[in-house]
Amino acid sequence: MRAIMGSAALALAIFPAWAQQSPYADYQRMTAESAPIELFELGGEELWKRKQGPKSVSLEQCDLGQGPGELKGAYAGLPRYFKDADRVMDLETRLLHCMMTLQGRSREDATKRVFGNADSPSEMELLSMYVAGKSHGMPMRPGTSHPKEKATYQLGQKLYFHRAGPWDFSCASCHGEEGKRIRMSELPVLFKPQYARPLMATWPAYRVSTSSVVTLQWRMNDCYRQMRMPEPQFGSDTTVALITFMTVNAEGVPYRGPAIKR
Amino acid sequence: MAGPMKMRATLAGGYTDVRVLMTHPMATEQQTKGQPHFIQNLTVKVNGKTVVEGQISQAISRNPVFSFRLSGGAKGDKIEVSWLDNKGDTNKTETAVA
Amino acid sequence: MIVKRRGLLKVAGAMGAVLVAGLLKPVAALAATWNKEAFGSKSAADALNRLGTSGAEANSGIVIEAPQIAENGAVVPIEVTSRIPGTTSIAVLVDKNPYPLVARFDFMEGALPFVKLNAKMGETSDVRVVATAGGKHYVATKEIKVTIGGCGG
Repeated sequence: MRAIMGSAALALAIFPAWAQQSPYADYQRMTAESAPIELFELGGEELWKRKQGPKSVSLEQCDLGQGPGELKGAYAGLPRYFKDADRVMDLETRLLHCMMTLQGRSREDATKRVFGNADSPSEMELLSMYVAGKSHGMPMRPGTSHPKEKATYQLGQKLYFHRAGPWDFSCASCHGEEGKRIRMSELPVLFKPQYARPLMATWPAYRVSTSSVVTLQWRMNDCYRQMRMPEPQFGSDTTVALITFMTVNAEGVPYRGPAIKR
Repeated sequence: MAGPMKMRATLAGGYTDVRVLMTHPMATEQQTKGQPHFIQNLTVKVNGKTVVEGQISQAISRNPVFSFRLSGGAKGDKIEVSWLDNKGDTNKTETAVA
Repeated sequence: MIVKRRGLLKVAGAMGAVLVAGLLKPVAALAATWNKEAFGSKSAADALNRLGTSGAEANSGIVIEAPQIAENGAVVPIEVTSRIPGTTSIAVLVDKNPYPLVARFDFMEGALPFVKLNAKMGETSDVRVVATAGGKHYVATKEIKVTIGGCGG
């Protein structure tokens, strides 16, 4: 992409009160109205119903927290503690759990390609879009009462501020102060509900700059890459803890997704 | 092989709102180093009669979404949208006005 | 990340299997006119010439609704309505794109002269819309600023 208006000049000219009203409000509204989200939800639905794995079973009996096969409101209730796994799980770790237990797939097989691309979204990405869509409009209420849910939140909080890696970065290095941005993108301060809410209400999403579906597990993975830290394992305690921390900080916000992002 | 296509047609105030989503790379000359792959023609039909003919270019975004408005319209009217790309691939979808 | 072929084929199959409607009619039944010269023009003026719509006069009856500033140039939503009576066609151009002509729609009886589409914009530019009504051509423009965000992730 060639010369675009100099970021600094543009920022000063248009955004005197940066954190107030987003200059992208119209863009976000109009793109939301004409986003190809449903195509990915359809892809996810097909995968949800498809018999796979050694047991040749679909995911239709997967319990995402509302009971086996109950999708309405399931995403809005995540992350949460699951007794059968004895841990807190986010959407993607729970889907992985069902792929392994219901379908009999090995972890290696099910996580072979968790992050896709524009030409071919991954199974996890499509399933995430489908499941999340069934919570559209519902208030987000991740689990907060179980001791492991509390512990997971606290771990997430610690990790958010934990500086490491060759650049000594933590999440807070970029997402720690109000009014900051990278190029033209605002950096939300995710330990403050007023910023966490609009953000957590819009994942997973279709990302226009790469024409691909992005999920929270991907976002955690990519943030760690950008901080020059080792790659976290898919569905690891680290990623689930951070997702839990941010989602709980956003508690109560009506889920607006799956959404469209730049 | 064409990816999923989806359409919704709803009665609004005095017109029918048609929103159609299509899967297509809409790859530009620049992106493909000279081998662009994109939808060129779009046709909208109401009860078999053509009402919109569109010619589009590689400058339409990937996975295009279009909205059209049809004059009048009634519940149950059959809307069909079809496309043809520069490689001869096609796809179409139909829906009834809700 | 290496994309393994098996995974790719698997998901491609999933996408293909979700066709809402298959290929029911032969290709020949679909319209095949595509103004190659107009779409291959490298200036808006040239494209409009090839479309036969040069000399369009400014008219506020063409309403362009678009964001003042787009967060990314890959998807820029543009909504166009022509309030000019008898509008039979609308052409949408982005002046600074490598090939300015983005789309052209012909409206027959039964359709309103309205379209909303997502365009790619390479940089900040005027969006130019030309409407044809009663054999005459009219034009309106609107500037959309295109920015870039994020840290390349």
